[in-house]
Amino acid sequence: MNIVVCIKQVPDAKTVRFDTEKGTLVREGVEAVINPFDFHALEAGFQLKDTYGGEVTVLSMGPPQAENALKEALSLGADKGILLSDRAFAGADTLATTYTLAKAIEKLGPVDLVLCGKQAIDGDTAQVGPGLAVRLGLPYVTCVNALSVLDDGKTMHLRRINEDGYDMLELEMPALLTVLASLNTPRLPSLKGKMRARKAEIPVWGAQELGAEPGMVGLAGSATQVVSTSVPTFEARREMLEGSAEEQVEALISRFKEAGIL
Amino acid sequence: MAQVNYFLTEEQQMIVDLARQIAVEKIIPVRAKLDENEEFPWDIMKDIAQADLFGLYVPEEYGGFEKGCFENCLALEQLAYGCIAVTTTFAASALGGYPILLFGSDEQKARYLPDIAAGKRLVAFGLTEANAGSDAAGIQTTAVEDGDLWVLNGTKQWITSGGEAEIYTIVAMTNKNKGARGATSFIVEKGDPGFSFGKKERKMGLNASSTRELILNGCRIPKDRILGRKGQGFIMAMRTLDIARPGIGAIAVGLGQAALDEAVKYARQRIQFGQPIIAFQALQHMLADMATKIEASRALVYSIARTIDEGTKDTAKISAMAKLFATDMAMQVTTDAVQILGGYGYMKSYPVEKMMRDAKILQIYEGTNQILRNVIGQALNKEYAKK
Repeated sequence: MNIVVCIKQVPDAKTVRFDTEKGTLVREGVEAVINPFDFHALEAGFQLKDTYGGEVTVLSMGPPQAENALKEALSLGADKGILLSDRAFAGADTLATTYTLAKAIEKLGPVDLVLCGKQAIDGDTAQVGPGLAVRLGLPYVTCVNALSVLDDGKTMHLRRINEDGYDMLELEMPALLTVLASLNTPRLPSLKGKMRARKAEIPVWGAQELGAEPGMVGLAGSATQVVSTSVPTFEARREMLEGSAEEQVEALISRFKEAGIL
Repeated sequence: MAQVNYFLTEEQQMIVDLARQIAVEKIIPVRAKLDENEEFPWDIMKDIAQADLFGLYVPEEYGGFEKGCFENCLALEQLAYGCIAVTTTFAASALGGYPILLFGSDEQKARYLPDIAAGKRLVAFGLTEANAGSDAAGIQTTAVEDGDLWVLNGTKQWITSGGEAEIYTIVAMTNKNKGARGATSFIVEKGDPGFSFGKKERKMGLNASSTRELILNGCRIPKDRILGRKGQGFIMAMRTLDIARPGIGAIAVGLGQAALDEAVKYARQRIQFGQPIIAFQALQHMLADMATKIEASRALVYSIARTIDEGTKDTAKISAMAKLFATDMAMQVTTDAVQILGGYGYMKSYPVEKMMRDAKILQIYEGTNQILRNVIGQALNKEYAKK
């Protein structure tokens, strides 16, 4: 089974800070980590490989330091990692990102399954998975939290979580899935994996290697642009209600009515 | 702030990072529950196996990494930062595995080491008996030859991973008249006829590790399960302990560091008399002593482990020092951590009370600290006799 997992390097949510004046993330001194959902996409890939054999190839589009994310994926068990990096890719929105990822997957050759995390925790769009599937002409299912492959090795039974519960779906590979954290428990790296990752050469594919059209990548290929960002102000008030339980309940109800909640 | 530089190689740093990740992500979240339920940490053993750490000291030809005592210490220290009961189970497998590595035949190594390195089978070391603890020469378990078999009789006591491990290296007397020189080591496997497990001990701490009796009741094992030659059992046990003891020192360093981290964190946020209690000199001095002793222990353990890895012979004295100094430190540091957390420290909702209960075993197992002082003292006597 040929599996491609797309991962993104994001700022570590534990250390990230926001510059409220500039309205941007402070990236200096903030550790970059693999997007948390993507660990579950990787784990899904590894489990399928453990059962059905084949290869797990990991792709990431990003600046040169995104190589570290790919090396970490190798230390967990990925067979190879490819970095999609080029100045021309800078400023890409999800439309341009899916174009770039699709070009890379087409270059890799036939693929049985493409796996993505549900969304990245920095942009939070959840658009790259579905957008990539459309570019590749693959059927896709988002928000997968259970997955099994039938005996034919091609048909998958999937559980997709939605607002009201879940759907049970059948999907034939080749296909693309985006996965939830509840799908699995990601494995730890192994020492052998870490040693292999340290020595591994990560190929870098730019616009030229991908044969990408200049107008389709980066800022030029983006349909959206960030005009401005701002930090929402958060106004919290605290008030202690006093009196008997009945009085407190009545006071609470009247506050709700004042606030237009009731 | 500068930290002491121990000049780790990139590979050694990887081992540290990996073991720390296991401690933080897999051990710390469950350690209180494992302790409370006296539960054997099988899931974590699988994580450690998957991370390849069981194979650190095993030669490459048997699927390991052929690293030394030092790398083992690095892993033990970081795992112990999470929980020393879990770490003891991991360490015990090496303690049981070393005799096979050091004294096993090629055939025995090929049969056992790959599974040990992969963490597929845990190993236990069976030396202690009811009447033979510090005085290992008092072993009463016997082994007699019977045709193509060895027949073992006796009871081993307080065996770490008893019942859970699948491979046991057992010391038994093959000639009682010769005392320590009449002891011989054997490999016994779970499932061998006449081999069973006695009661599981309830302990003061170290609750996530299994401590059980091994009952050898006419236990019949094939001839080729003897390790080395007849009469080498006691020497093997001592050589094994000489390699393993710095590891106990490393466990003590990890535990001490964990207790210090909790104590400093608490002292910085606990307000009394209008200020954080770390502002009080009485507490600052306690924390300063704790931090200094931990660093001194780490430096001692690391340098002794590295000395052993240089192939130095006759390491009984320095191995004993690594364990003695660091484990006495861990007892003191964990006790002080409880003191700094005060009433909260004594409660089970904070981790330091468990650390203090657990720490006590470090001064007792793998040679009590009194016996270790004997070892060091006797070595000094010998050294000075030559001068």
